[in-house]
Amino acid sequence: MTVAQSSKAFKVRSRRALLDNDLREALGRARGGFVEQRRAAFEALPEFEALRDAANEIREHTLSHLDYYLERYAANVEINGGTVHWASTAEDMNRIVVDICRRAGAKLVTKGKSMVSEETDLHHALKAAGIERMETDLGEYIIQLADEPPSHIIAPAVHKTRAQITELFHANHARFGIEGRAEDRTAIVAEARRVLREAFLSADVGITGANFLIAETGSNIIVTNEGNGDLTSCLPKVHIVTAGIEKVIPTLEDLSVFLRLLGRSATGQEMSAYSTLYSGPARPGDSDGPAEYHVVLLDNGRSTMLGNEFHEMLRCIRCGACLNHCPVYSHIGGHAYGWVYSGPMGSVLTPLFKGLEESYDLPNACTLNGRCQEVCPMRIPLPSLLRRLRQRQVEAKITPARQRLALSMWSRLAARPRVYRFVTNLSMRSMAWLGRRRGALRYLPAGRGWTRGRDMPAPEGATFMTRWRRRGEQDT
Amino acid sequence: MPAMFASRNSVTWDERLKTGFFVTCLVDLMRPSVGFAAVDLLEDAGCDVSVPERQTCCGQPAFNSGDVASTLPIARQVIEAFADYDYVVVPSGSCAGMIRTHYPELFENDFTWRRRALDLAERTYELTTFLADLAGWRADAPGGSGKVTYHDSCSGLRELGVREQPRRLLAQLENVELVELPDSNVCCGFGGTFCVKYPDISTRMVDDKVDCVADTGAPVLLGGDLGCLLNIAGRMRRKGVKTRVYHVAEWLAGHHDRPGIGDPADDDR
Repeated sequence: MTVAQSSKAFKVRSRRALLDNDLREALGRARGGFVEQRRAAFEALPEFEALRDAANEIREHTLSHLDYYLERYAANVEINGGTVHWASTAEDMNRIVVDICRRAGAKLVTKGKSMVSEETDLHHALKAAGIERMETDLGEYIIQLADEPPSHIIAPAVHKTRAQITELFHANHARFGIEGRAEDRTAIVAEARRVLREAFLSADVGITGANFLIAETGSNIIVTNEGNGDLTSCLPKVHIVTAGIEKVIPTLEDLSVFLRLLGRSATGQEMSAYSTLYSGPARPGDSDGPAEYHVVLLDNGRSTMLGNEFHEMLRCIRCGACLNHCPVYSHIGGHAYGWVYSGPMGSVLTPLFKGLEESYDLPNACTLNGRCQEVCPMRIPLPSLLRRLRQRQVEAKITPARQRLALSMWSRLAARPRVYRFVTNLSMRSMAWLGRRRGALRYLPAGRGWTRGRDMPAPEGATFMTRWRRRGEQDT
Repeated sequence: MPAMFASRNSVTWDERLKTGFFVTCLVDLMRPSVGFAAVDLLEDAGCDVSVPERQTCCGQPAFNSGDVASTLPIARQVIEAFADYDYVVVPSGSCAGMIRTHYPELFENDFTWRRRALDLAERTYELTTFLADLAGWRADAPGGSGKVTYHDSCSGLRELGVREQPRRLLAQLENVELVELPDSNVCCGFGGTFCVKYPDISTRMVDDKVDCVADTGAPVLLGGDLGCLLNIAGRMRRKGVKTRVYHVAEWLAGHHDRPGIGDPADDDR
C-alpha cells in the first residue's frame, strides 16, 4: 500500500466515523462512564502512585530479564503437565493453534477475549481450516455477528448502540428458535447466555488470552466480568492459552500489584468480577478441567522492541485507559485506526507491527496533549513514543515531501532572526489589513486546513518585535 | 521568595533581577498585546525585563513533527539568546515546556549543549507560574470585571503542572468571578500542526470546547496559550458565538477593554 492510499484510508475512515451518529452516541456514553468511574476508583485509593511505581519496577525488572522469566514460566507449565509453544510470528501462532485443534478433532472452538488472537487474525486461520469459532465474551460475540474487528481493547463492541445490538441478535438468532427482540440490557444478556450455553457444552477446544503469566507457578490469569473465560477454559477437553511474551511477571505477589491497577484503570472496578488462575490440565482425581493444556507464546516483533526507543511500550497491560481518555479516539472510535489496537497505544503498536508507511497517519493524528500518559497505570510516555515514530518517519522520508519542505523552510527562516523579523512583520501587516473589518479571516490561501472549520483570528498588525524596537527607540 | 521581589515599590533598579522575555512566535506575530501585557506584569513584579533580539520561535513545530535536524539550530539559538538572564519567562505553557522538558532531551548525546540546555531549563518559567510562585505578583488595579472561565492548555498543565497559578492570580482581581469550565483539562483540538493536518477531527474537538464554554454562561474565556485560544476563538467566530477570548496576561494587566482574539478592531459586533 502506498502512503497516499493508507493515509487516505485513515482520513476517510475517520471522516466517516465523525458523520456516524450511532457511533457518536455509543462513544459519548462510554467515554463519560469510563472516565468518571476510573477517577472515582483512584480517588478512593491513596496508594495509587505507589502502586504505579511498584508495577513499573516489576515490569522493567522482568523485561530486562525476560529470557530468564520466560524459561522459568515455561518450565513450570511443563511441570504442571502443560505444553508450551513458541511462536515467532503471527502465522506461527495460527499454525500451532490450528494444529492443536486438528489433533483434537475439533469442530467447534469457543473463545474468550484475546487481543493476541485478534493481532494474529486467528479467526481466519480457523475458518480456513474449517473449524467453527464461537466468541463467548459478549462484546466479542456481538462483533463476531457483525463481522467487524474490535473497536476497543477491553470493550470490543463499544461502538455499537443497544438498538444496533438488538437488531443484530434478531437477525442472527432465529436459527436458535428465538423470535422476539431483546430490547433492554437484561434481555440482551439473557439471550446471549442462552445461545452461548450450548456452545460452551459442545465445544471441543477452548481458547483464551491471558492478562498475566506468572513465572513462579507456571500459571496464567484472565480477568473478566462475565465468567465466560472460565467456561471456555474448563469445559472443553483442550484449553489453549495465547499470550504475548511481555505478559510474564515473576510471582503471585507481583500479580496482586497489577490486579489492583488493572480493574481500576480499565473500568473503575476495584476488581473485575472474575479473576481466575489456570495452571495446567486436570490432575488425576480432579473432578473437572481440560485433559490438555497448551500455552502459545507470541513474539511477533515484541523482542525487537526490547531495549530500543520503544521499549517502554512493552510495559502496557492493555487496560484501555489511554483509549478512554483520548480526545481523538473518543471522536472517531477504534475502527478508524485500521487495526486491532487503537487509540494512543494502538498508534504506537500498529506502526511498529505493521510498518511505518502503512500506518503513517496514526502517530500524527494526535495532539500530544498527554492525557493518555497521565492516566496510564504503567506511566508509558505515549506522546514521546508517538513523537519518536514521527522522527522515524521523517528519517525514512515517509513524511510527505510538501510537509517536510514547509517545515524546513520555517525552520530556516526561524534560524535567521533578521530575515524572520522582516518577513513576519510584512505578512502580519498584510493579514491584519485583510481581516481588519471582521477581525478574522474566513479563508487563508496557504492554510485551508485551518479555515476548513475555523476562522483565523486576524493578527494585530506589526509584530511584537517590531513594536518593541520602536518603543525602545522612542524611550532613548 | 527572593527579597527583591517583595514589593514593586521597595525595589531599586540595581536589585532587580534580569529577566529575559521569550515572546513566542504566536504572540510575536498574532497578538503583540499579550507580549506587552506580560512585560507590564513582569515589571510590576519588580523584574528588569529585556527582550533579546535573536529570538524567533522555540522550534516546537519542527520538533513535534519529528524533524530533529531542523529543531537543533533553533534550540541552540534560543539557548544562546537567553544565556545571560537570571530568569526566562514565556507567556505559553507549551513553549516553556519545550524549553524545560524537551531541549535537554534534544541534546542527549551532546555534553556541552546538554549542559547549557539544562541550565536554561532551570531558569525558564511559564508566565503565570513565574508571577504566582516566584515573583509574588500583586494586582494593583481592579482589572476587568464579571464572569470569566479558564481553559487549561495541555502542555502547561501536564508538562509543567500549571493549574492553580492562573487561578490564584485571577483571584486577586476583585471584580472577576471565575466559573470553572467543564472538562477544562481536555484538549481543545489545536495540537500545533494537528489542526491543519486533521481539520475534521480537530473541528469536532474544538466544538466540544465551545459547547463547554457556553455551558458556563461566562461571556469571557481566558487561557495561557495563544495556540489554543486562536483555535477556540477561530471556531467561535466561524459559528457566530459571541464569547470574547483573551490571554490571561491581558486581563491581569488590565488590558481587558481591548477587542478579544478574532474580534473586529472597532469591536462593533
